[in-house]
Amino acid sequence: MWRSLQVTASALVFSAAVGVPVGTWLALTRFRGQRVLNALIYTGMGLPPVVVGLVVYLFLSNSGPLGNLAWLFTIKAMVVAQVIIATPLVVGVTMSSVRAVDPALRVQLRALGATRWQATVAALVEARFGVIVGLVAGFGSIISEVGAVMLVGGNIDGRTRVLTTAVVLETRRGNFDVALALGIILLTLSFAANLIMVMGQGKLAES
Amino acid sequence: MTKRRILILFLIFALASLTTLLAACGDKEKPAPTPTKEAATPLPTEEPTPEPAAPARLILATTTSTEDSGLLEYILPDFEAKYNAEVDVIAVGTGQALELGQNGDADVVLVHSRAREDAFVADGYGTARYDVMYNDFILVGPAADPAGIKGMTDAAAAFAQIAESGSTFVSRGDDSGTHSKEKAIWTAAEVTLEGDWYISAGQGMGEVLTMSDEMGAYTLSDRATYVARQATGLKLEILVEGDPILFNPYGVIPVNPEKHPNINAELGQAFADWITSLETQELILSFKLNDQSLFTPDSEAWRAAHSGE
Amino acid sequence: MTSAPLYTLRDVRQVYGARTVLDIPALTVQRGEVLAVVGPSGAGKSTLLRLMALLEAPAQGEMLLHLNDERVTAETASIAQRRLLAMVFQRPALLSRNVRANVAYGLRLRGERNGQKRVEAALERVSLTHLANAHPRTLSGGEMQRVAVARALVLEPRVLLLDEPTANLDPYNVRLIESLIREQHTAHETTIILVTHNIFQARRLATRVVLLLEGALIEEGSAEEFFDSPRDPRTAAFLSGEFVY
Ligand SMILES: Nc1ncnc2c1ncn2[C@@H]1O[C@H](COP(=O)(O)OP(=O)(O)O)[C@@H](O)[C@H]1O
Ligand SMILES: [Mg+2]
Repeated sequence: MWRSLQVTASALVFSAAVGVPVGTWLALTRFRGQRVLNALIYTGMGLPPVVVGLVVYLFLSNSGPLGNLAWLFTIKAMVVAQVIIATPLVVGVTMSSVRAVDPALRVQLRALGATRWQATVAALVEARFGVIVGLVAGFGSIISEVGAVMLVGGNIDGRTRVLTTAVVLETRRGNFDVALALGIILLTLSFAANLIMVMGQGKLAES
Repeated sequence: MTKRRILILFLIFALASLTTLLAACGDKEKPAPTPTKEAATPLPTEEPTPEPAAPARLILATTTSTEDSGLLEYILPDFEAKYNAEVDVIAVGTGQALELGQNGDADVVLVHSRAREDAFVADGYGTARYDVMYNDFILVGPAADPAGIKGMTDAAAAFAQIAESGSTFVSRGDDSGTHSKEKAIWTAAEVTLEGDWYISAGQGMGEVLTMSDEMGAYTLSDRATYVARQATGLKLEILVEGDPILFNPYGVIPVNPEKHPNINAELGQAFADWITSLETQELILSFKLNDQSLFTPDSEAWRAAHSGE
Repeated sequence: MTSAPLYTLRDVRQVYGARTVLDIPALTVQRGEVLAVVGPSGAGKSTLLRLMALLEAPAQGEMLLHLNDERVTAETASIAQRRLLAMVFQRPALLSRNVRANVAYGLRLRGERNGQKRVEAALERVSLTHLANAHPRTLSGGEMQRVAVARALVLEPRVLLLDEPTANLDPYNVRLIESLIREQHTAHETTIILVTHNIFQARRLATRVVLLLEGALIEEGSAEEFFDSPRDPRTAAFLSGEFVY
């Protein structure tokens, strides 16, 4: 269970570290081909996880281009797959929520002496609710994901077995009660994470 | 303030339920009399690695049947103790297991699909194939037996009769060893697989047994998974067994280091030697569920030792 | 009131898309004056103010801002120089934080950690002390506009640019904001550029007035001249309310 959290939390941190700045940047700049890029990102938000897993497997496989890393069937491979699944979600949601911030506000802040950077940070802070929703969505999509982590993690007992893959195994074994118990833990974790974030939103609103 | 209190209460509740659930599954996760690692370690002196170095890592690609039945959990601690190794089990379909070996993503494969195993070795992906054990396939179905095949001894004839009566049959449809076997029997029965009665599930044995049970359908299963699932309330019955075509031999193949130099070939070979050794074969025989051995030892060493019987 | 130029504009044009929305051959703003920019809606008043706030550079021509011994443009001004200006927009765009945090924002940008006293004083000046912890979405239009004004005043800018700060406000808020402008001017000699379409407000506050019509500068003069003896017939027409805005 802690492994589930560990994998998902590290994947989410990476996704946020990449996705939030990229999403903010995309929201605030205009360039050629942006529509195409947007369409790509929205497609990425719905990437089939198993396909992501397959591609990551092919890359990390001993006969693949990144085989030398020896990441296959390790936590790292799972994190990579989850980052690929969650990042477009974080980028997309960050982008649309930063875009929803009144553009006049940024100009107004510039007129109060904000540097471009400070105004951008302020816009991101304004969009915090949306960004948090994006992170929650990303978290939900990867903690409950099974196909990709099964493929690249291998569901190795004590190493890469996470809640979802354990549920699959126990179901296959016919231990429906154990599978269900694990499923409940999974749900509880999701719920707890979401609750904490929602509470965080409440705190932010009061500040 | 109240929000924070609710949050704390919730967290306490969540943690409490988590610990109870974890404790509950901890008990159940280990089936049968699994020798623990601690019990296995006190007899080390007989084998090669004396210094307690960091354990070597062996990646074993195998079929879901060996893991799902609990066999590996039962026998692997012995190997891990003797060779100071940790075995990472990747339990997938035979097709994927061989693919992993072919890509150099596993050090050794343990599967059951004779023709493909031989091709794997012939193509140079494996060094050699060794007999390990067998279990047998059984044709299971609902007690009502709408196709009337109970007690038949010719599996192909039984399959033909199922097709004729249009009774539902659930196929693994996942390119697994079981699926290969099933297709071979259909070919022998000269049946073309068309119509609503034939369902290709694309899932593991456990799922397919569950599906068949729910649908009152026939399916081909390996005995190990079936017996294991029987213990958890499966109602399907064995209708046809004992036909030589239903024989399901497992082979072990160390992956060829010439194709992939960075695999752990030495330990892979050691694993093949270990699992075919007389001692391990005894261990396999002693793995029982509901008082039935699920796998019958069948290595060369075993056959030599028991040829007199 | 010293007579030194603060802004000099020469042949300034601003173009949006293919449209020229502002075209000013020459205009000078003196240090320490209260300049009212009047004109109907769409005349280019806000555009002129954004240029003066260094938020945009003109498409053509030159607008220089004289700061100490330097002359800067939108492109060359340093952040420290920009921070000598503060502009309040026509529509108050507030941060979704409480009123106090909004007023403190500009000071925080400048890294001033000990601005609390100034923030409280600014809140006091706009009579919003009792709403310091309120969220902007709970405020009335007049209160929001007062927050926006306080947010600029607290910075003690050398130049204060106000874009229709009292549009759509009730008489109480209009009077309050006007008195703040007057007080800021007399007490700190802040140069104030006030965009308004309310000629009565211009008359009450301005030392000098310019009239813009469709991007063109029609008339420029001291408040007395402008109101009592306009040179251009269109100014007279505007003053008599013949323009719809
Ligand atoms: N960013 C912009 N893009 C295109 N046109 C604009 C933009 N800003 C203002 N305009 C146009 O320029 C003209 C002048 O606008 P503005 O300066 O806001 O007028 P005022 O403040 O006097 O009402 C208007 O016709 C307006 O539609
Ligand atoms: Mg305007």
